[in-house]
Amino acid sequence: MSHLRSMILISPELLLVLTALSLLLLDFLVRRKGTLAVAGAAGIFISAYVNYRLIKVGMTGGTIQGMFAFDGYANFFKLIFYTTLLLTILLSVKYLAIEKISAGEYYSLLIFSTVGMMIMAAATDLLMLYLGLELMALSTYILAGIVRGDRRSNEAALKYFFLGAFSSAFLLYGITLVYGLTGSTNLREIASALHSLKLAESPITMLSLIFFITAFGFKIALAPFHMWAPDVYEGAPTPVTAFMSAGPKAAGFAVMGRVLFDVFGGLQMQWSIILEPLAILTIAVGSIIALSQTNIKRMLAYSSIAHAGYALIGIVIGTPEGFVSTMNYLMIYMIMNMGAFGVVIMLKREGFSGENLEDYAGLAKRHPVASALMLVFMFSLTGIPPTAGFIGKFYIFMEAVYAGHIYLVIIAALFSAVSAFFYLRVVMYMYMKEPAGDISLSTSKTAGIALAFAVIMVLVIGVFPSLLLNFARNSFFG
Amino acid sequence: MVPLSWYIMLSAVVFSIGVLGFLMRRNLIMVFLSIELMLNSINISLAAFSHYLQSITGQIMVFLVITVAAAEAAIGLAILMAFYKNNPTIKADEINLLKG
Repeated sequence: MSHLRSMILISPELLLVLTALSLLLLDFLVRRKGTLAVAGAAGIFISAYVNYRLIKVGMTGGTIQGMFAFDGYANFFKLIFYTTLLLTILLSVKYLAIEKISAGEYYSLLIFSTVGMMIMAAATDLLMLYLGLELMALSTYILAGIVRGDRRSNEAALKYFFLGAFSSAFLLYGITLVYGLTGSTNLREIASALHSLKLAESPITMLSLIFFITAFGFKIALAPFHMWAPDVYEGAPTPVTAFMSAGPKAAGFAVMGRVLFDVFGGLQMQWSIILEPLAILTIAVGSIIALSQTNIKRMLAYSSIAHAGYALIGIVIGTPEGFVSTMNYLMIYMIMNMGAFGVVIMLKREGFSGENLEDYAGLAKRHPVASALMLVFMFSLTGIPPTAGFIGKFYIFMEAVYAGHIYLVIIAALFSAVSAFFYLRVVMYMYMKEPAGDISLSTSKTAGIALAFAVIMVLVIGVFPSLLLNFARNSFFG
Repeated sequence: MVPLSWYIMLSAVVFSIGVLGFLMRRNLIMVFLSIELMLNSINISLAAFSHYLQSITGQIMVFLVITVAAAEAAIGLAILMAFYKNNPTIKADEINLLKG
């Protein structure tokens, strides 16, 4: 009976794995590669629907001997991952045709990576957490280098692989130390052992905490560990960059939140002290270096680093409400970032990268709709009302002020003003420069759907912020 | 009977050698081997903890780590091969197309 219950609770993940495997097979059988995207999207919808039904019938709790949790926290992050995955697939269809990427491998790797993220968000055992993280990471390494003939894609994959493998070794060392200390890998058992054996102050616990923060810092590109991000984001195919900056980042935050709050909850003072300078440094590095970028993917990579810093503030303050604002922020960041990358992807056509800032000169004259979309996303990334980006930053800053971190908020708000320069520069290029040459867009229906969804969500969340915030709050507090 | 602390120290030393190798070696194959060294040092301490705690979890983890390391090696070397086809070098200093 308990086996059956376990199987039911992990059925969304199993369905996704099934979809990914059948896409690999279908790749040999169907000639029209658009069919693969449809089949993949159908599988993802079924999996998401099953997940939704499981929530509706009130399924909840741990499973597989406490290794896996089907709770509101995991489900909130799963919604982020499903949305990222679907938007990425919609944005990829045209890009794959232009770059001649093999569609079957591409879609199934995207889905495998998402399964890894879902396992990370749901893991309540360090062993499961590590395996989920590796599944996500290994799939994303390949995705970054999937354009085999492109030197920049090769180099991105290589750098991502080496630094990713390095950071997961740190995570594993942290896990080993905790296991040696408490004799368990289950998050709850570790927490109670740390509490009952009075190990919270032990130097080994601190060491493992530092190892965990280092490993998660690499995954979410926090400042001293961010060096890989700009190179990888620039070199990887643009849809993969969009995927990487939304999904794995949110997954990193999901495990970070669970490990820090559930395992090291008693050390909240200590990890706040470690994370606070990291948050400031991350925001500063991201915002300042982005000022000098002329490649828009690289600029968005530094922007993604800065946004990770803002989201981290919600964890630094260490209150449950603070983490709710981080979850809210991650959802908003995912949507607006996918939208911005969606416009970048549309500029790509055969033999033309469309990645330089000059390529955007006078875009508004030729393509007013695409420019208007980019305008909304850039405003949202800056944090200008009535867009969702403003709401995300507002709640984070509000919670930080409530928790008494006023200096942190002042610094973050100042750098937010700095970031306006490089976001609005894109807008300036689009609206106030004369077009240099003929600009044609690789539009497609699927990309149109994805962009329409993103822009509607950005505006709806911007006008009705309580919808998402209440959802995040209910998910966190169960 | 070898005390637990010896194993832990061995593991820490091997791990540090791996970290230093990763940071200081300029040949990508050696960098790759340094990562393997880090993972195997972790296996030493996992097995030692498992023995001293009389808990099987540690040994199960060793197997999982070995499996993941094998997958990682396959993917890492494949990426390295794909890279080498277009840029015939394995020196870390010569990989500088992306910067800024």
